[in-house]
Amino acid sequence: MLKKQSKRRRRDVASLVTLAVVLVVYLVMQQLINAGIINAFLRGIINLACINVVAAVSLNMVTGLLGQLVLGHAGFMLVGAYASALFTKSVGWDLSLSLFPSLLIGGLVAAVTGLLVAIPALRLRGDYLAIITLGFGEIIRVFAYNLPFTGGPGGLSGIGTLTSRTNPAGMFNYLFPIAAFVIFFSYTFGTSRSGRAVLAIREDEIAAESSGINTTYYKLLAFVLSAFFVGIAGGMYAHQIGIIAPGKFDFNRSVEILMMVVLGGMGSITGAVISATALTALPELLRSLGKVISNIPVLADILGNFEQYRMLLYSILLICVMLFRPKGLLGRAEIRILPIYDRWRNWRHNKKAAAGKGGGAT
Amino acid sequence: MRPIELQVEDLSIYFGGLSAVEGVSFYIKKGQIVGLIGPNGAGKTTIFNLLTGVYAPTRGDIYLEDKSLLRYKTYQRCQMGLARTFQNIRLFKDLSVIDNVKTAMNRQMHYSLISGVFRGPGFRKEEREISHRAHELLEVMGLDGFAHDYARNLPYGQQRKLEIARALAAKPRVLLLDEPAAGMNPTETQELLATVKMIRDKFEVSVLLIEHDMNFVMDICEYIFVLDYGRIISSGEPAEVRNDPRVIEAYLGGDALEEEDA
Repeated sequence: MLKKQSKRRRRDVASLVTLAVVLVVYLVMQQLINAGIINAFLRGIINLACINVVAAVSLNMVTGLLGQLVLGHAGFMLVGAYASALFTKSVGWDLSLSLFPSLLIGGLVAAVTGLLVAIPALRLRGDYLAIITLGFGEIIRVFAYNLPFTGGPGGLSGIGTLTSRTNPAGMFNYLFPIAAFVIFFSYTFGTSRSGRAVLAIREDEIAAESSGINTTYYKLLAFVLSAFFVGIAGGMYAHQIGIIAPGKFDFNRSVEILMMVVLGGMGSITGAVISATALTALPELLRSLGKVISNIPVLADILGNFEQYRMLLYSILLICVMLFRPKGLLGRAEIRILPIYDRWRNWRHNKKAAAGKGGGAT
Repeated sequence: MRPIELQVEDLSIYFGGLSAVEGVSFYIKKGQIVGLIGPNGAGKTTIFNLLTGVYAPTRGDIYLEDKSLLRYKTYQRCQMGLARTFQNIRLFKDLSVIDNVKTAMNRQMHYSLISGVFRGPGFRKEEREISHRAHELLEVMGLDGFAHDYARNLPYGQQRKLEIARALAAKPRVLLLDEPAAGMNPTETQELLATVKMIRDKFEVSVLLIEHDMNFVMDICEYIFVLDYGRIISSGEPAEVRNDPRVIEAYLGGDALEEEDA
């Protein structure tokens, strides 16, 4: 028989293994970037993927955990991006010093904006909440067009970035750990008493209220945390790209983030991570595929300029996922270390047992 | 004399011109099981909604041990000791059975958001305690075997029990049960009867229950209030109420009496 392990021990092992995996992935990618094996093009995709993971995981806090449709996250991302960019530009410190505080400031300003929006908006739910947050997102964008310090339609440019020829992993060194942290936060939040309260509100608001849950407080909490993290994503974006303009944070951006959550499965953090990465990489990879195809004479004749079709292919892929996995790739499930660990233990146990019996079978 | 736990005075609510509940007064003593019966539409569930703060009354007052509840919100009244179940089951369907119970224990934990996220000592200690207590509660209700199943996958009778368990998890002084025996077969009803009595004794709660099943009410309640058209038309011990002509009239219609007289 397999030895029974205490629940706590198993959980500790799982946490350590997860931490180790994340660390190894981080260090390997960092070295690959530094060595130039991951080129600038791939590096850009990876960095953007980290940013989108943060955005998707934070939207998942309201859409997945609280169960409310929000369409204004581009607005909070914009606030975070501008606040963070204005901070690093105005203090003029070395960016490696000012980047982290600037991200925090971006997050905090976005959280305050989120609170102001949430107080009236969270009186509504479902479609109405979606529409009102969409409206607020657009209002924020129009503000960014017109305020004196936002640079108008042209936005802000010349925002510093840490990636340079001598330090190609400069931004990656920040973006990846932050993404990992936000995933960690979102998971542990969801399994703490606050998270349980938020989930209960998703399941049945009246029952939650009757069970002693202060529903107003927990709804605000989930919304504000979500705005905070998406604000950080905005700050990361500003310093990755170097230029921000209000047009970058329009309704389409909100839908893009929402799509990452829905595609991964509402309520699944690992789902959001996978689909955010895939949806960031896919259009770019399709673009490269298009370049390859248009260089092959025969295929180029048939398909013409394939690059033009990439968005078409992208939407077909999305439709297919929604048709065949209507609850998203993972539904509400998570990819966890524990089941894998259990399988490995079983496998090892069986192997040992087989070795012990060696030759016993006739 | 047992002290009065919950008292309602002259409770009234109007929806537009319609008086759904009119001048209702009653009280529940500590440890008592009290029944609130009446025909469909008499206003029983409305009274529950008034008690728990879903509606604000037009007139009247509600006291939980001398303290007026009117200025408290639903979740605060639950924290003060007024827990309820629902006529149409309202569980957290996609949460596990144990999480349903733990959710109602939210206020018995005090660790902060940050401690919860970073798994601080407060989190570990309180979560361990709560987990222990939740399992105990499930065991009492005979649900421990289902602890890690989704609530939606429980059989109907067990779902009703889980609702009661969740209400008990909030450590109530008064338990409000809205038609706990609805949809149950006679065996299940008998089992429920025993469960409710056991709960009253074990958790030292008072119970106010709405029920249609007359046998159930007569068997379990020490005192009964009969509601019709939003007013209390009769009250007393089960035997008294059973023979009250006003009650028979309300339930069977006026003609029933006339025929008997004829």
